[in-house]
Amino acid sequence: MAFPVAAISTLAWRNLWRNHRRTLIMLLAITVGVWAMIFMASLMRGMTDQMVRNGLQTLPGEVQIHQRDYLRDPSVVNSMDAPGGALLARLQEAPVAAWAGRVRVPAVIASERGNRGVTLLGIDPVAEAALGSLPDELVAGRALDGPGDRGLVIGANLARRLETAVGKRVVIMSQDTQNNVAERGARVVGIYRARLQGSEDRYVYAGRAAVQDLLGIGERISEIAVTGHDYRNVAPWVPRIAAAAGTGLEVLPWTELDTFLGSMLVVQDGFALVFMVVVFLALSFGLVNTLVMAVFERVREIGLMQALGMRPGMILGQIMLESLYLLLLGLALGNLLALVTVKPLESGIDISSVAQGMEMVGMGTTLYPVLHTADMLMSTTVVIVLGLLASLAPAWRASRLDPVAALNKT
Amino acid sequence: MGVSWLLAWRNLWRHRRRTWLTVGAMVFCNILLIFLVSLQLGSYQMMIDGSLAAFTGHIQIQQRDYLDEQHMYQSVPGAVELAARVRTALGVESVAARAEAFALASSAERSFGVLLTGVQPAYEPLVSTFPGKLREGRYLRDGNAQEIVIGAVLAQNLKVGPGDELTFLGSGRDGSFAAGVATVVGILDTGLPDVDRSMAQLPLGWFRQVFAMGDEGHSVVIRVPALDEVGGALSELRAMLLARKELAVLDWDTLMPGLRQAITSDMAGAWFQYGVLVILVAFSVLNTQLMSVLERTREFGVMMALGMSPLRLAQLVGMETLLLAVLGLALGLLGGSLLTWYLSYAGFTYPGVEEMMQRFMLGGRLYPQISATSLLSGPLAVFAGALLAALYPALRLFRLEPVAAMRTA
Repeated sequence: MAFPVAAISTLAWRNLWRNHRRTLIMLLAITVGVWAMIFMASLMRGMTDQMVRNGLQTLPGEVQIHQRDYLRDPSVVNSMDAPGGALLARLQEAPVAAWAGRVRVPAVIASERGNRGVTLLGIDPVAEAALGSLPDELVAGRALDGPGDRGLVIGANLARRLETAVGKRVVIMSQDTQNNVAERGARVVGIYRARLQGSEDRYVYAGRAAVQDLLGIGERISEIAVTGHDYRNVAPWVPRIAAAAGTGLEVLPWTELDTFLGSMLVVQDGFALVFMVVVFLALSFGLVNTLVMAVFERVREIGLMQALGMRPGMILGQIMLESLYLLLLGLALGNLLALVTVKPLESGIDISSVAQGMEMVGMGTTLYPVLHTADMLMSTTVVIVLGLLASLAPAWRASRLDPVAALNKT
Repeated sequence: MGVSWLLAWRNLWRHRRRTWLTVGAMVFCNILLIFLVSLQLGSYQMMIDGSLAAFTGHIQIQQRDYLDEQHMYQSVPGAVELAARVRTALGVESVAARAEAFALASSAERSFGVLLTGVQPAYEPLVSTFPGKLREGRYLRDGNAQEIVIGAVLAQNLKVGPGDELTFLGSGRDGSFAAGVATVVGILDTGLPDVDRSMAQLPLGWFRQVFAMGDEGHSVVIRVPALDEVGGALSELRAMLLARKELAVLDWDTLMPGLRQAITSDMAGAWFQYGVLVILVAFSVLNTQLMSVLERTREFGVMMALGMSPLRLAQLVGMETLLLAVLGLALGLLGGSLLTWYLSYAGFTYPGVEEMMQRFMLGGRLYPQISATSLLSGPLAVFAGALLAALYPALRLFRLEPVAAMRTA
């Protein structure tokens, strides 16, 4: 006998609305549950996304290339030649979107009022802009105008601590290749504000050629930062860069450069799923309850259908379909609600009242929720799969009723 | 009233499966909430203790503007004597004076910028856990010796070990040129990369000679035995230093504003999650109670025709809900406290948590902390939610027309 799909599904749909109050309450519960799943996930995505982005901006890049010993001993001694040949060719083709070679050395900056330990970055402003690693906002003065710029751009916080300002002179000291202290007076030409105050204290920007000149390292650089503008999808192209770089250089993705960031992403992804499952479990009691009651009210009816020759499989299918309709409706409404509530928030939620707390975990002052299709799909999958699993028990019981006993039930 | 309760109790078990499912939803939610709230409060406590014990302490006395501007000249006169006075005033030993300066440290091969801290070797281990994180060599002993202990990453970067010499260059309190040569006696491994990269400690006496500090220091750090004693110590110190307007007594919240904010923001997210769970359980109760009222329309009609007022019927539904909620509360409390009590001793962990905990100077295992708040706040919210949910079904009874009700199938 053919499975009368059309008839069964009509039956299931109509059964669903026989007790419309109960169905509506359950629908409301599923909608709220699904909405909460997606809303929470989008907030967390927003947080993680921003943490990773901030992390990658200061790192910078999704992949970095260093001389083999540099990370263990970040000294000017462990510098490398500017990329050429095969490596240069690799860096200029997709999926690499941008790259920049930079000098990065520890240094001390001193004004007449104080001194601080900093990281001196010798950069090419054009390449760094493409990489997206320059500070967000310049609050005074100008940006560096090229690798040859002899001025310094420092953080607002550092400027305050040093009591210096645009146009004033400071002394920058670092170690050259002979382990002598190389020092040079330089003028502060710009002051920046970073999303993380810690970065403002730590990074001092200067023209690359000017720093190379100070350290006496010719054209050599400390690191190459590379980005493909998609931090979740780095693994495929790292080996190709590594192959082109050769054995003298070390090529590492961000997950290994900053293990905290990497583990953060894993923990948050895992947590989103756990939260969805927990919310679903809280829902499932209500769902099973609804189905148990629906079956209970219809024991006689089901007995009659069985007596008239309806197969247990069809009764099972009918109840499962009823549950599926309920879940699908709830999912549709929940997703819609999430879309409507998250979209307006995507421009940012101001959380500056807890800014310093957020900075401890690498966040800025605004939270940007992100609605990912993947999260909507994940919540849909969780709800459908677990929902149908939970419905199996009542549906199975309904299909196993003894027709005679069921018909006699009052 | 006894009959009503009996009636309510029996009504509850007319649909055993439905009742158990509803109670199950409450129990599940209660267990989860007890566990999560205990875990949350436990980890906040650990976060605060861990972060403050590391270096900052509970209270610091500083020059008024030092916290914001950190200039060398913003110092505390007679810091060592002040520390001794605080020790007697508060009756605690864990009070230490410190001074700080930035300098360029150079070994035979390398140079790096470091944050030098002048410490009192006898008292520093009482206010900070860093001295205990010794990996090699020994901690400082003599207050005037030309010795230094440095962070592990810094030692590696500078390529020095115990016994090697380190030169540092900086500027003194008066802006003069300051330089010194110290012997590395110990290497500290705190596990915090930023600290291990820049930390260097040397005896306060010698620090003051090198940096022309006279008898000045930058802070007096105080660690009280427990967090709830901070308030008392704070007012005592403020009264003691009332005459010295140039000094400020700062509590940990001011010294490390990030800490409380990290907790606040974490709480906001957590409340959202708890709220969702409670609402979902309330829906479950609403569904059950509405069904149980609707399926008894005829019965209620008869009871009203026999003279029972809608108020009594609503009371009956209320009592049923109350019994249901009490059952969920009791079982949830039992299950939740057992689970949490076990975990508060055994502790647990999940992947990735270790890296996150390290930021707050904590070990890799999580221990929930049981308290009245953590045990009761979740279940009571569920309880209240359940009772609120029964309001609609109960109120419907007031609109019931006995004759029409008796005619329903």
